[in-house]
Amino acid sequence: MARIDLVELAHSYGGATADPASFALKPTSMTWRQGGAYALLGPSGCGKTTLLNIISGIVKPSRGKVLFDGEDVMALTTQQRNIAQVFQFPVIYDTMTVGENLAFPLKNRGMGRAAIEARVLEIAGLLELLPHLGRKASRLTADAKQKISLGRGLVRADVAAILFDEPLTVIDPALKWELRSKLKVLHRALDLTMIYVTHDQTEALTFADTVVVMHEGSVVQTGTPEELFLRPDHTFVGYFIGSPGMNVLPAEVRGRQARIAGHTLGLERAYSDLPDAARVEIGIRPEFVHLARPAPELLAAKVERIDDLGRSRFAHVRMGDLRIAASVPRGLSIAADEMALVFEPAQIHVYADSRRVEGAA
Amino acid sequence: MSLRLEDVSSVRGGETHLHDISLSLERGSLNVLLGRTLSGKTSLMRVMAGLDAPTAGRVLVDGRDVAGIDVRKRSVAMVYQQFINYPSLTVFENIASPLRVQRRPQEEIDRRVRDTARLLKLEPHLGRMPLALSGGQQQRTAIARALVKGADLVLLDEPLANLDYKLREELRTELPRIFESSGAIFVYATTEPLEAMLLGGSVVCLFEGRALQTGDTSAVYRRPHSLRVAELFSDPPLNTVAVEKRDGSVAYHGGGTAQANGLYAGLHDGPYRVGFRAHQLALANGPAKGADGRHVFPATVALTEITGSESFVHLERDGANWVAVLPGVHEYPPGQTLEAALDPDDIFVFDAEGRLVVAPASG
Repeated sequence: MARIDLVELAHSYGGATADPASFALKPTSMTWRQGGAYALLGPSGCGKTTLLNIISGIVKPSRGKVLFDGEDVMALTTQQRNIAQVFQFPVIYDTMTVGENLAFPLKNRGMGRAAIEARVLEIAGLLELLPHLGRKASRLTADAKQKISLGRGLVRADVAAILFDEPLTVIDPALKWELRSKLKVLHRALDLTMIYVTHDQTEALTFADTVVVMHEGSVVQTGTPEELFLRPDHTFVGYFIGSPGMNVLPAEVRGRQARIAGHTLGLERAYSDLPDAARVEIGIRPEFVHLARPAPELLAAKVERIDDLGRSRFAHVRMGDLRIAASVPRGLSIAADEMALVFEPAQIHVYADSRRVEGAA
Repeated sequence: MSLRLEDVSSVRGGETHLHDISLSLERGSLNVLLGRTLSGKTSLMRVMAGLDAPTAGRVLVDGRDVAGIDVRKRSVAMVYQQFINYPSLTVFENIASPLRVQRRPQEEIDRRVRDTARLLKLEPHLGRMPLALSGGQQQRTAIARALVKGADLVLLDEPLANLDYKLREELRTELPRIFESSGAIFVYATTEPLEAMLLGGSVVCLFEGRALQTGDTSAVYRRPHSLRVAELFSDPPLNTVAVEKRDGSVAYHGGGTAQANGLYAGLHDGPYRVGFRAHQLALANGPAKGADGRHVFPATVALTEITGSESFVHLERDGANWVAVLPGVHEYPPGQTLEAALDPDDIFVFDAEGRLVVAPASG
């Protein structure tokens, strides 16, 4: 168990002398608290796996260092760093029973038999694997095998951290719900530092207390799911989190007003000194733009498509040259293409060169 | 073309993979195969493609039995979950390969490859080798190759499963448009209810090799004929509870009796199984609000999952797990007791055999 500090880390697969813009991981400093549940979220190629591999010791960074409880671990191997890892595909021994698989990481560390048995029973109980302990792993489904993989990652109480690399990709949706909540319960029960790498926002947001969003080799925002949803610091966070993502619309912003596509929107806060040369946009989530029946005081919009998700509906509309996703209130019937939009002023953010600008009250 | 399956069964190595499946797929249609892992999706596609002959039953293309016809003579394209490309050919040549086999003129190849590449946002990568691309780009290359060929039947076996979430979201919204413009029969296998809803078209719900229900995707979602289909077509998982209706009241297994109002009113006395999706369960923090006709139960919070836009509250009641989804952020500490409220007009009622008795009037 450890606190992990990343100090001025940067990495280029082309070596330290490569063009800084091409770095897979741009200079990053961060602290992972002991016992925290973290997610590293971003699209493929954003640098999240590179960062994970640097923490585990698989990749040696071009610059910077990693500290575990204040101690430099750069010279240590993965094994010496005492890190457990769970990968996308199950890594288990088919010839062993479920119980032997779970016991393996403990036996390897020379733990006593009674202690091994107690811990295996505890973990198997939490993962509901008790009825299968005596079965050969080869006879199990892919789902069950991945559950054992998770168990093997969690079984050691003395690890500095557990790293999960897209562990639920191969799992059926119904079981994903089960395993995700299991992981959360396990995290609470075991007081381990967990770092969960994924491109799936639902997995990241539901698992982690703190989500680290990465984009093109940089961390663009670190925060709780609520912060990332309600106040995205970067337009990429707005786009990447939420489904559909945030509407990002080119705008002219003066004081408490934004002009988009020839229309004026009222803002809740005032924006007086936006830099002249900056690219100014407003961002608003589809959840806070509502489709409505046309009315003279509302902004007119043309409906292009309705996505019916069962429990909610989203409309994809056009307003002038802009494409906007809006939520469809329950029970609203959409008889014609010509509809209107209602924006919630408190939920409109202003961005200059993709970064959120704090307005004045 | 049209594709018809008549009472198709497939038994391999003593195991029944497909059981008496009859389907009729028309030109220009999008057909989603929804089912969990090992439900028979891939087996069904292999029979449709002609890669496997059915053990019993017939496969008819435009009314003609295709048994014994060489797969290569049939106009079929397939995309798999794993990205499959020619590693030694550029992206352009990968996409062009089916047209080269058809010996199309260079000019036509250029045009069709570029059109398809534009559709799949691959234009900037046409000169690169597949292995130098991201997973998403590699899979889009495979999809482009299947589309460029202009096959009558295009089979996609969980094609987005290995892709990034956002890319999946984009492709999901684009695919129906791409499908519509092509005029082929599309068959798309997925394990995800949400993906099925976004794709639309019609759906075949597969369970242990049987087609449980077939029809318009949104209609099947709103009116599943059986508990199994409702379970298959719910994400988060369907919540269920056993009830007994007697003398104008309804008793819930595990405690709680309420007036048999709403959809319960029309039922005969007897035992039923009630199903409701996460958004059909409301939560109240205060005292029971039964006055509005809703049925209220105490339930214990096991866990809250917050995505920012929604909160999923996992509840325990009488040994069963229920999930409620609420818009916005709501954090309930584990162990807290909440009032879970059910609108008796907004439930699915199944009989003892799991057949639908009554469904909510509107979605």
